[in-house]
Amino acid sequence: MVIKGRAWRFGADIDTDSIIPARYLNTSDPQELARHVMEDADPEFPKKVRPGDIIVADKNFGCGSSREHAPIAIKAAGIQAVVARSFARIFYRNAFNIGLPIFESAEGADGIREGDIIEIDADSGVIRNLTRGEEYRAEPIPPFMQELIETGGLIEWTRRRIQAAGRQ
Amino acid sequence: MTITEKILAEHAGRREVAPGELINARVDVVLANDITAPIAIKEFARIGAERVFDPDRVVLIPDHFAPQKDIKAAEQCKMLKEFSKAHHLGHYFEVGRMGIEHALLPEQGLVVPGDLVIGADSHTCTYGALGAFSTGVGSTDVAAAMATGECWFRVPESMRFIYYGTLRRWVGGKDLILHTIGDIGVDGALYRAMEFEGETIRSLPMHGRLTICNMAIEAGGKSGIIVPDAVTEAYVKGRARRGYRLYSSDPDAVYVDTREYDCSRIEPLVACPHLPSNVRPARELTHVSIDQVVIGSCTNGRLQDLRDAAEVIRGRKVHPDVRMIVIPATQQIYREAMKEGLFEVFIDAEAVVSTPTCGPCLGGHMGILAKGERAVATTNRNFVGRMGHPDSEVYLSNPAVAAASAVLGRIGLPEEIGR
Repeated sequence: MVIKGRAWRFGADIDTDSIIPARYLNTSDPQELARHVMEDADPEFPKKVRPGDIIVADKNFGCGSSREHAPIAIKAAGIQAVVARSFARIFYRNAFNIGLPIFESAEGADGIREGDIIEIDADSGVIRNLTRGEEYRAEPIPPFMQELIETGGLIEWTRRRIQAAGRQ
Repeated sequence: MTITEKILAEHAGRREVAPGELINARVDVVLANDITAPIAIKEFARIGAERVFDPDRVVLIPDHFAPQKDIKAAEQCKMLKEFSKAHHLGHYFEVGRMGIEHALLPEQGLVVPGDLVIGADSHTCTYGALGAFSTGVGSTDVAAAMATGECWFRVPESMRFIYYGTLRRWVGGKDLILHTIGDIGVDGALYRAMEFEGETIRSLPMHGRLTICNMAIEAGGKSGIIVPDAVTEAYVKGRARRGYRLYSSDPDAVYVDTREYDCSRIEPLVACPHLPSNVRPARELTHVSIDQVVIGSCTNGRLQDLRDAAEVIRGRKVHPDVRMIVIPATQQIYREAMKEGLFEVFIDAEAVVSTPTCGPCLGGHMGILAKGERAVATTNRNFVGRMGHPDSEVYLSNPAVAAASAVLGRIGLPEEIGR
């Protein structure tokens, strides 16, 4: 899988309240959530972001609440992937569970600037910055997470397991 | 092995596990609330499971936007009720019986020592105070666990925190955990289990231990845990609805890091906007004027928290520029506080007492901040816009400091009003 898109830059410790403020959590409708994505980090972001864009952030992206609304809002806004120096653990789980590709890359967090066009090769873990002609390494995706992605997320993975158990 | 590794191994049906390993483990309790359960319920339907793995081990609590704050919130709460009826859940808590989930589960004996608990709420880590492994997950994880009774985990490395020394007056669990988060930062324990121990912890009552484990997530921790002792057993006896097992860490257990704190040097602390790690002594912040004080939440809404606040504010009035909102975390706490006369103290001081709800802690309802307003709250997060407008501010403190600040109209200490 190769993901290519324009980068939006964010700093460290972007919390889930910034990604999707709790005042919008009286719904779980993805499109409604997408209209407020990253609003408290950058009020203009929901208007500026375009389908296919990529978020690039520093350490501890998605810290705070367990709300799955955060990766859902990002995905529903058409954002293809998130690259960060590190991710908070619940956000990390949630992103894989719902099928939002995320990549840990310290080099990427250092090198990528806002507006850069980047290309992520999910299989090799190489991120190419087409604007600057640079290349960064991303942490390899653990085998189990790879399996989750290939199956189509945790729900499908669980569905198949239950079916297989039922057949025995 | 550490206590965390032992509990995970037992629930994975293994003799031992090591940090970094990926395991599939049996869960004792699966929890969700009115924000996270609706997504879990929709995803559960997609799995195609006919029933939940055990109706007595799936707990649904409408607490965040309940009592239902608007039509959309009411629709979400209704989903919990309907799902609970359809699947004959033994532990659905309607308004009137409900409380803030992480105060309610330990109080009602629904979580016991040795349990493995997951909840679609980041503060699920609270139950570590009982000697359980408990951690926050997302709605999809809860959906899968409701169907299978299992969840996948990466066994975390453990980080040890040793507390010694006698606590000063008006210093408690909240200050110990704020001090710790201030020391290691908001990702200082990322992916790790935080094990709290030492003479100060051993002499700390259960409410203080619950506060400490509650905020492990604020340091990025996967879980917080305290090895159970006589204090734990005294709390659990008479409450536990199931048998329990007391685990401890082996003398040769491996920790990736050990920190030691001399608690006799810790003074009342405040986490300033906009990160829980932005910690300073309260005495350095007496210039900060405030508009609101909130005493409540899963962090500090327990009976002793209300007692501390009442002791400080008794016979005094809330500053004319300030609104003070007291939110007992559960119906039982509400009743006990009422019986003890604490409500009279708060009402005499011109504070309000609310029904149990997470409410303002996450900017839901019951005390939202306007642009430019500032609050001192006994809650757990002070992120941008957490309690309302993106240009409002939240300062986190213990209940005694919050009550003193309500009287002073600024951040201040109980000593400043003669306490």
